[in-house]
Amino acid sequence: MSGFTRHRRSGRIIATFSGFEADLLRSLASQLVELLRNEAAVPREHADPLEAMLSFDGPTTEPEDPVLARLFPTAYVENAEAAAEFRRFTEGGLRDGKAAGAATIIDTLEDAGLPTDLGDQKVVIDVELDEPAALVWLKSFTDLRLALATRLEVEQDDEAFWRALPDDDPRSQAHDIYEWIGALQETLVDALR
Amino acid sequence: MATTSPVEVEPDLTPDEITMTAKPWVTIVWNDPVNLMSYVTYVFRTYFGYDQKKAEKLMLEVHQDGKSAVSNGTREEMERDVQAMHEYGLWATLEHQ
Repeated sequence: MSGFTRHRRSGRIIATFSGFEADLLRSLASQLVELLRNEAAVPREHADPLEAMLSFDGPTTEPEDPVLARLFPTAYVENAEAAAEFRRFTEGGLRDGKAAGAATIIDTLEDAGLPTDLGDQKVVIDVELDEPAALVWLKSFTDLRLALATRLEVEQDDEAFWRALPDDDPRSQAHDIYEWIGALQETLVDALR
Repeated sequence: MATTSPVEVEPDLTPDEITMTAKPWVTIVWNDPVNLMSYVTYVFRTYFGYDQKKAEKLMLEVHQDGKSAVSNGTREEMERDVQAMHEYGLWATLEHQ
């Protein structure tokens, strides 16, 4: 993996992915979009459909899914009322932003030639990003890593645990993917600096 | 349309107390095992406009002490900062100083 670099002449951030890598990124980004849209960000207790349609209220309680709870943390530690209010006004927008970011990754990869169904095709995907797009990717990589780490229950300084897992443990494979995105993100931060 | 009322400063307040009154809220960023040190530094530099040295110092505080107060201001300003940190995927909260 060579990751992202800044093209000297155009100043754009470029990377080349194998079909397999691009397909993997797309699959993770799609799962994130699905998760963000799955558990409703809007409370569903409206009995009246018209009232529900006109309501711009956001949620006031922490999401049940641990990944969503990590992506949308409680902003006030000791003030439940203020925390609920903050969540009501911010979570919907944050969800949309994160879903749009992941969708940008999918669209960019497909625009760069990733077929809808990769199958056994051998393709090389060249991605070229201007700075705002690179920032969108950077943030979305963070969301993907937070999601994977939460599912895997990654902890501080637990490298030895992951190294000791047998290769055929499914968690081992998922952790490799988590580390791969981390390495990719490191090159992206470096290219943006 | 909003109008502003004339500003009156309590004559007894010292400059320090005035500063404290104006910026009593802080944004706290908490350590997590996921975010890269380089990324956290990048966020502090680009979002807050801190220089590399200050951004790295704050990042190391988060990493080593478990948390760091990264900005201060009015409650509204800190809510904006916390929201921005959540956009970047950092675990942030705000509190009254």
